[in-house]
Amino acid sequence: MSDIAIKVENLSKLYRLGEVGTGTLSQDLNRWWAGIRGKEDPFAKVGETNDRTSKGASDFVWSIKDLNFEVKKGEVLGIIGRNGAGKSTLLKILSKITAPTTGRISVNGRIASLLEVGTGFHPELTGRENIFLNGAILGMTKTEIRSKFDEIVDFSGVERYIDTPVKRYSSGMYVRLAFAVSAFLEPEILIVDEVLAVGDAEFQKKCLGRMQDVSRNDGRTILFVSHSMAAVKNICTTGLLMRNGQIELRDTADNAVDYYISNFINFNSDVKIDLTSVKRIYDHPRYIEYQSAEFVSPVENNFYSTKDDIAILIKIKSNIDCEAFRVSFSVNRNDESIVGVFFSEEIFSAKKGETKEIILTLKNHQLAKGQYYLCFAVGIGNEISGITEYDFVSQALFFEIAYKDVDKTQMITLWPSDWGNTNFQDVIISLV
Amino acid sequence: MDSTTTLKKPEQVRTHDSEAEETWTEVIQPRTRLLELGLADVWRYRDLVMLFVRRDFVSTYKQTVLGPIWFFIQPLLTTLTYVIVFGNIAKLSTDGLPQMAFYLAGITVWNYFAHTLTSTSTVFRDNATMFGKVYFPRLTMPLSIVISNLVRFAIQLGLFVAVWLYYLLQGNNTIHPNWLIALTPLLVIIMGLLSLGLGMIFSALTTKYRDLAMLLAFGVQLLMYATPVIYPLSSITGWSRGLILANPMTSIVETFRYAFLGSGTFSWAALGYSTGVTFVVLLLGTIIFNRVQKSFTDTV
Repeated sequence: MSDIAIKVENLSKLYRLGEVGTGTLSQDLNRWWAGIRGKEDPFAKVGETNDRTSKGASDFVWSIKDLNFEVKKGEVLGIIGRNGAGKSTLLKILSKITAPTTGRISVNGRIASLLEVGTGFHPELTGRENIFLNGAILGMTKTEIRSKFDEIVDFSGVERYIDTPVKRYSSGMYVRLAFAVSAFLEPEILIVDEVLAVGDAEFQKKCLGRMQDVSRNDGRTILFVSHSMAAVKNICTTGLLMRNGQIELRDTADNAVDYYISNFINFNSDVKIDLTSVKRIYDHPRYIEYQSAEFVSPVENNFYSTKDDIAILIKIKSNIDCEAFRVSFSVNRNDESIVGVFFSEEIFSAKKGETKEIILTLKNHQLAKGQYYLCFAVGIGNEISGITEYDFVSQALFFEIAYKDVDKTQMITLWPSDWGNTNFQDVIISLV
Repeated sequence: MDSTTTLKKPEQVRTHDSEAEETWTEVIQPRTRLLELGLADVWRYRDLVMLFVRRDFVSTYKQTVLGPIWFFIQPLLTTLTYVIVFGNIAKLSTDGLPQMAFYLAGITVWNYFAHTLTSTSTVFRDNATMFGKVYFPRLTMPLSIVISNLVRFAIQLGLFVAVWLYYLLQGNNTIHPNWLIALTPLLVIIMGLLSLGLGMIFSALTTKYRDLAMLLAFGVQLLMYATPVIYPLSSITGWSRGLILANPMTSIVETFRYAFLGSGTFSWAALGYSTGVTFVVLLLGTIIFNRVQKSFTDTV
């Protein structure tokens, strides 16, 4: 028996852009007629590679094209790449949610995929009933679930509520229970999308730990898609970097991540960004949405010093009457790891159609030398009541911490990565 | 560089290749063979089917005061309406049978068919988000609907039997039950499979052509009038009789009524015809359904 778990050959997937609906019948008939005459599919004369930034001439686009790679047994492969690089499409094909257009994947072992936690959870059913339902959806038999039931409940930490309908759960409890079911799946090959981006930090750590255990101790093959370069470096043994539907690099996880950071992370010194038409990563309802963001007193190249205040003017528009909402932002390092977040109180209100301008000033940021970007969010709720986002824009503004002093004379030249992301400034030193 | 290429038909997999000798547990490919129905896969997920059934049953009646009693109320009220409208106002024939028993028999059978058909026909649309996130044999979904409607049917059959017994014990001499009652399970199976097949065809096609959902919504209502639910087949003559006989549900409703009430028409040929149609529809449905399930997330 060979040691290959997954073998992907010439895999491609064609997607139709725009609205599917009108004209599909006539296209189908055309296609059928061409098929009968033994001609080629008249609508598949396509194909630009999947570069969403340039407008293509055809309505069809290759989401992934001619992928060839193998995954060995016991390998933990991190799949990375920008949004739209084809990572999700690849996972969907591997999980049999959609079929490839051409090519073939040969698999050795049972595959289970986790593209989302809690798929099929029914709000009216109790936690217990949902464990069985969700487990069965993920491919476990009733007997398997029953034998692991106690462990699942234990892992989730919601014993007390196990016979309560899950619609009464807090969102945290819901996610815990959902992940717990998935964590006890025991397939030979596990495919995980960014499901770890949910839940609190402690729970995330628990989940990452569980995944590591599974791959190390049981020798299971894992395919892991993530935007968190730190997580990929931590968990994965090898990496696959995708770009425009093709493989850019297949190497060790560390090398793939480093390559990605140095070649793919964009940095620009724009002072202002129009956010009205920027594509959002998540599917938030945008009841209140971002219009623009800009640095209030811009500095050259967006190079700030460790002592500068960073002030940002954000413009948001409300599409609903909202009595209380909050804004928040995060500072991320260029490897996409989050350095920190700020949540305002729910002190803002807006009438339908109203536009608000808000200045956020980050004082005494203590960021270490390096490139950063800002993400903005608007929504309701807080760390205690739970958070509902209305809009979220990633990588809106970029800046670099480069100087030691406000006058921008002393450039920081040395800051190895193992010194971390924080450069403490407020330390009181006193001799005793 | 010209990035435009023409899509070639997928190459045939070389089977003489030494590598193909390897035993893969699974191969994911663009198209499967027409008759590869994946029934073994469904069998592996049989627990899921039963859990779906349970979910349907529990979730429908949670937070209702009357709970499963609604299963009785709906056919009962429909029957009363029919007694008033079709029986007393329109004065349609009931073959001399008590109107309650006559209509209830038709409704019980028809309801099973109509409910199963309408709910299986929206399987892909209703579960698009779930189907887009995880793979399990999609067939489990319509199958679970057929089974959970069976539970509902059993309860409604109970209601019918109660009414039927009432008339029998009262000594009503228009009712003559006969041994064909033994065919009831067969009728239920044919009906279940027929609605499953039709439902699968519609659910597969509606992923692309939403128009069909509209068509089906009133189509089922209209079809009821082309089935002897509110009238006996014997009262229909002329060209429309052929139309009604072509409906595979006709013989099922008629046989059911003939078996329990002893009036109506029964012929093995008609029942055989329904069985034949059912198998053709079921086969067609499974093929189309399997075809669509592989790529429906792209078009839904």
